[in-house]
Amino acid sequence: MNALAAILRRDLRLAWRSPGDSATVVLFFVLTVVLFPFGVGPAAEILARIATGVIWVMALLASLLSLDRLFREDSEDGSLDLLALSPAPLELLVLGKVLAHWLITGVPLIVASPLLALLMQLPAGAYPTLLLALLLGTPTLSLIGAIGAGLTLGARRGGVLIALLVLPLYIPVLIFGVAAVDAAASGLAVRPHLLLLGGLLALFLPVSPVATAAALRQALQ
Amino acid sequence: MDDSTARLSARGLTCDRGERRVFAHVGFEVRPGGLLAVVGPNGAGKSSLLRLLAGLLPPAGGVIAWNGHAVADEPEAHRARLHYIGHLDALKPALTPAEMLAFDAALRGQRTGASAISAALDAFGLARFADLPARFLSQGQRRRAALARLVATPAPLWLLDEPTLALDADSVARLTAVLARHRGAGGLAVIATHGGLDLGAHDTLDLGAVR
Repeated sequence: MNALAAILRRDLRLAWRSPGDSATVVLFFVLTVVLFPFGVGPAAEILARIATGVIWVMALLASLLSLDRLFREDSEDGSLDLLALSPAPLELLVLGKVLAHWLITGVPLIVASPLLALLMQLPAGAYPTLLLALLLGTPTLSLIGAIGAGLTLGARRGGVLIALLVLPLYIPVLIFGVAAVDAAASGLAVRPHLLLLGGLLALFLPVSPVATAAALRQALQ
Repeated sequence: MDDSTARLSARGLTCDRGERRVFAHVGFEVRPGGLLAVVGPNGAGKSSLLRLLAGLLPPAGGVIAWNGHAVADEPEAHRARLHYIGHLDALKPALTPAEMLAFDAALRGQRTGASAISAALDAFGLARFADLPARFLSQGQRRRAALARLVATPAPLWLLDEPTLALDADSVARLTAVLARHRGAGGLAVIATHGGLDLGAHDTLDLGAVR
């Protein structure tokens, strides 16, 4: 557990010292969503109808943006050797890195989302559900993304390859995330959708570290 | 160092990289306090051998053993007993040498106080740079910061890949002293080298000759 805390602390410290990287992600999220009122016009009923989908799709893409760097820097400067040589299981260290990735990129998205919901005329009653759905969904995005980042570590043009690998796996999160917020906006039960989002998180929480660690070990050879 | 009576041995070690056989049937033994110098031309597999010994690469054949027990059976214990310093220094430009040493110690599951860290940096003449982000360090200073890991946390087995790369004469002397102290305490070392380091009494494994 100490090793997990150590990698988490290191990655957070690195992010704190070069805040540009996580700022890029949240700025991308905000700017792309802001484009929509310009693109489809300011009519409130149209914006309100597409609000949930736009916010979720852009959150997916923003999360994707930062994945390429998740293991690449550690691999290029030799830190990945150190991680793999730690007596602690590599799976645990991967979990620490994913947690750091979520704190650095996922949490700012959640914080920025009410502002964008306001801009997109999302009904006020759906705000708590949007936050809750993002809170359950974004960690799953980081977990799924880590598998893609690990698998493409050795590949040239890894960034594009990650998108091709990871986006299809993001679809369930997108479906249930949007369904939850839409249900809230039209006054239907949100609980089943949130439970499914939680189920996805519970599925990938153990699967992702194991799969990612296996991919990293392969990349180290 | 509770393992101070331990031996590292390899039998029939074979390494493939891609489709190419790098070396085959390499065997050796390193006793407590012993040092094995791995020599050979470029591409002979010196780095690959060290990565095999560290467990980063699976061997295509053969057995690596610690005290007669195959290390493949107890990978966590093996990782805990070794220090591997490769070609890359594994430093982060934004982190200081002291922070990196503390991180490395935590990764290894060891508690290292500030005094142990400053002693390790001091052993390589880096005390003045303890709190300077690594991006301001020169190539040689970065190498010394990486080597300071050896002193910050004890480990009976050192695997060093061209440790003198980018080091000046003074730093090579410091490394020689650190190495002598390690061996005096019963530690083992396997070093890939092109020369330039005073190794003292040692065995030599010429990978250029075994192919």
